Amino acid sequence: MMRTKRKGRQESRNGRRLQNRPILAITYGVCAVFIGLIAWLLYFVILEAPLVIGNTYNPRVDLMAERVVRGEIVSADGQTLARTDRDQEGTETRVYPYGSLFAPVTGYMQKGKTGVESLGNFYLLSSHVNILERTLNDLTGQKSVGDDLWLTIDSELQQTASEALGDRRGAVMAMDPETGRILCMVSKPSFDPNTIAADWDSLTDPDNDQGQLLNRAAQGAYPPGSTFKILTVLAYIHENPDSWQSFRFNCTGSYTDSEGNTIRCYGGEAHGEQSLEQAFANSCNGAFAQIGGELSVSGFQSLAESLLFNKELPYSLPYTKSRFRLSETDSLFVREQTAIGQGETTMSPLHSLLLVSALAKDGELMQPMILDHLENGGGETFRSFHPQRFGRLFSQEDTELLRQMMRKTVTEGTGSAFRDAAYEAYAKTGSAEYQSQEGMKTHAWCSAFAEYNGCSIAVCVLAEDGKSGGSTAAPVARAVMDAWLLQQG
Amino acid sequence: MITVYVEISKYLIVLLMAMYTFCNFRYFTAAEAEAKEDYCAWQQRILLLLHFIAFSVLYFQLWDLQLLVFYGAQLLFFLIYPRLMGLIYRKVSRLLLNNICMFLALGMVMLTRLDMDMAMRQFLLVLLGAALSALVPLIMDRVLAIVGWRWLYMILGLGLLMLVLAAGSVSYGAKMAIELGGFSFQPSEFVKLSFVFFTASMLYHSLDFKNICLTSGIAALHVLLLVACRDLGTALMFFAAYVAMLYAATGRAAYVLAGGGMFAGAGAVAYQLFSHVRTRVAAWRDPWSDITNTGYQIAHSLFAIGTGGLVGMGLGQGMPNRIPIVEKDFIFSAISEEMGAITAICLILICLGCFLQMMLTAYYMDMLFYRLVAVGLGVTYIFQVFLTIGGVTKFIPSTGVTLPFVAYGGSSVISSFLLFMVFEGMHIIMMKDAEAEPAGPYTGRTEPEDAADLEEVYPEEEDPEQEEWNDED
Repeated sequence: MMRTKRKGRQESRNGRRLQNRPILAITYGVCAVFIGLIAWLLYFVILEAPLVIGNTYNPRVDLMAERVVRGEIVSADGQTLARTDRDQEGTETRVYPYGSLFAPVTGYMQKGKTGVESLGNFYLLSSHVNILERTLNDLTGQKSVGDDLWLTIDSELQQTASEALGDRRGAVMAMDPETGRILCMVSKPSFDPNTIAADWDSLTDPDNDQGQLLNRAAQGAYPPGSTFKILTVLAYIHENPDSWQSFRFNCTGSYTDSEGNTIRCYGGEAHGEQSLEQAFANSCNGAFAQIGGELSVSGFQSLAESLLFNKELPYSLPYTKSRFRLSETDSLFVREQTAIGQGETTMSPLHSLLLVSALAKDGELMQPMILDHLENGGGETFRSFHPQRFGRLFSQEDTELLRQMMRKTVTEGTGSAFRDAAYEAYAKTGSAEYQSQEGMKTHAWCSAFAEYNGCSIAVCVLAEDGKSGGSTAAPVARAVMDAWLLQQG
Repeated sequence: MITVYVEISKYLIVLLMAMYTFCNFRYFTAAEAEAKEDYCAWQQRILLLLHFIAFSVLYFQLWDLQLLVFYGAQLLFFLIYPRLMGLIYRKVSRLLLNNICMFLALGMVMLTRLDMDMAMRQFLLVLLGAALSALVPLIMDRVLAIVGWRWLYMILGLGLLMLVLAAGSVSYGAKMAIELGGFSFQPSEFVKLSFVFFTASMLYHSLDFKNICLTSGIAALHVLLLVACRDLGTALMFFAAYVAMLYAATGRAAYVLAGGGMFAGAGAVAYQLFSHVRTRVAAWRDPWSDITNTGYQIAHSLFAIGTGGLVGMGLGQGMPNRIPIVEKDFIFSAISEEMGAITAICLILICLGCFLQMMLTAYYMDMLFYRLVAVGLGVTYIFQVFLTIGGVTKFIPSTGVTLPFVAYGGSSVISSFLLFMVFEGMHIIMMKDAEAEPAGPYTGRTEPEDAADLEEVYPEEEDPEQEEWNDED
């Protein structure tokens, strides 16, 4: 074919050389690019497409539903969270045996799809029963049995968390920091996915202020309150690496800055002389407001962004991005408010959970995962999802310091709910004030983690309109931890 | 039963496509001319079978008698066209003809499935294109003066582009077509050819620096006119073709580097200057976040390709109509959805096979002018394929160009016919020369009008290697 023998021999009479090398170079270059294109197409169709085509905007998924009976959603401990029943005429009904309990996890599939019903749509509508049976079904126009999607959610823990939160509005979310497996995700008030179509009008009524369809755990955007002091204290330590240990603040229950603004501690409590660790453990607003006035704005901003504020979270279901905004032109009061987690900062319980999970695992964050494995209609596992690292959020040094402070919060400060636990818990509570129609109210936060007999868990609790984080949220987190660690550990 | 047939047919189509593609590449590696003939003959049989299966599937779903008549007309075309061309031109390249027919067959199947009236209109234009373009090899063989008409090509190219700029109608943000008595005509499809001929003629005329500068200036004018029409995809194709031709003519890689640098610079400027470029790039990077608006086209294209999977949904079983402008820019996605990604990859490989054949022509042509035309048109063709397929699969940002022969569009199919027939013309000249050379370089050729040009073209001494490759291609 293309023989190099001829190269250089083609010379026309006036001495102009005809060159073959450019032609070869162009040919090879084009072939290389096309190999890349074909490889990408194969990669897309085989590996990426299953994640893409379950998208609710893809009208074709409904076509798959004509060939396959939607599979079940199953909890990690084998409880059916969603199944499809067929009556004799072949009419299919999606049934959620637990009603509203798992609604924030499974989502719904009438009126569009949300939650795992949306995320796992493609898997649930695929069938991996044996190829002969499937081909026979295809040929005879019968439906094949769809694959079952097993989750990382533990049904008993979900129940415990839901009971512990009681009738409060709020969210409880827990995850295994070592693997990123999400163990429970409760959001209240919730809805019943069995009757979503009938309830739709009242759920979406503009006068309905319950927000049942909002998954507060991931989509809620709340002022973080004192849980944000994890960032403030870290920013302060970064700026004063040598002198932070000699930090002292005399708390009289309220702090008035040089411009005359006053910031009060929760309940007006006077903490007395506080070191940095004590101020963290007691959640002393005065001390942190003073720190906030001194911190460099750009340093604070970049720390917040390195901890995923204003960033996408590694989470595959819908969530709300956390927001942190501070600029040089902001007043002293705004900077002080920001330092104690008020101001314009908002974050989701999910985000807070990810931060404490990283602290539980030496500063490294695992990607939160909710899908565990897929089984075909015959109960054989044919695909497992594996834990994946996200990356380092905190240096080992910072992790150690923050762990000490969170431990002190339990032993000496606001985390007293964990004090008599059988395991060593680490916690930060928060009481975030917000303006409601009935005046100032408080969101109660508690983000905590613990290890026990080689088993670990991180929990974040948010209770809307609670009392303080320590008295409302921490006991809920304690109940979840007890249930998991004492049973598993 | 019909579902059974549809199911089985999709595996058959994938298998036939794979076999056809296999023949296509075995053709290149086969040493004997008879073996090459055999592969071409097999390709024709596979093509007809595939076309038959696809149309039978469509018929069983539509039960439309008109469809049978339409199928018959297409069948006649696929039977007659390659044979007729073989009769007129003894030395025609069967491989290129087969590939044209394969592209047309896939295109007609998909267009018929999408909208039969549209497919019929397209078929008439296919006939027109085939008839018009059949003259091209004859002209190339007889009229040697085409080598020197550089100013004519320039006036033609720039004139047509200015006409579009002045009187073109706008669709999807770009000025591309001129409306003429109910017909829409896309001049840039033809300027593709005149541009390559212009550049080849200029560089053939002289390779001194002054002339290269002049040529580059006029080439840049072509590109700028296209940019002014916001037809950035075509502008890119012209640019790539020009750089390739300059490189092939001079052998200096520096031109390629300079071209790459200019491309990067121009890309950055275009990104800043044009909002639609930014939109396209954003939709490429993440179509999902704005799926209802800017990401809509590419997201639906990916849904189609992804849902189809490797073997496809089966003809008539998918939803290709949900993709915007599916018949033009996104025909590849529709094929991948219903006939499968394997078929789609085979289609890519056949396009690449055409390009290899074109580069072989460039390699073996002895006259610089033809070499440059081959390089220029080859790169234009394959770059267009790359832009459209890369765009709809999210490999690169989409540029809104169409797949030659497969996509709907009259100007596009006629210009594609002309482009491929230029290669047939060169192939015929090459084969004739190869045959004639041992006896003497001038036999079998009409006397050219311009004797001065001829002297440059044909070396006096015989090339001892010539005999060897007679039987090779």
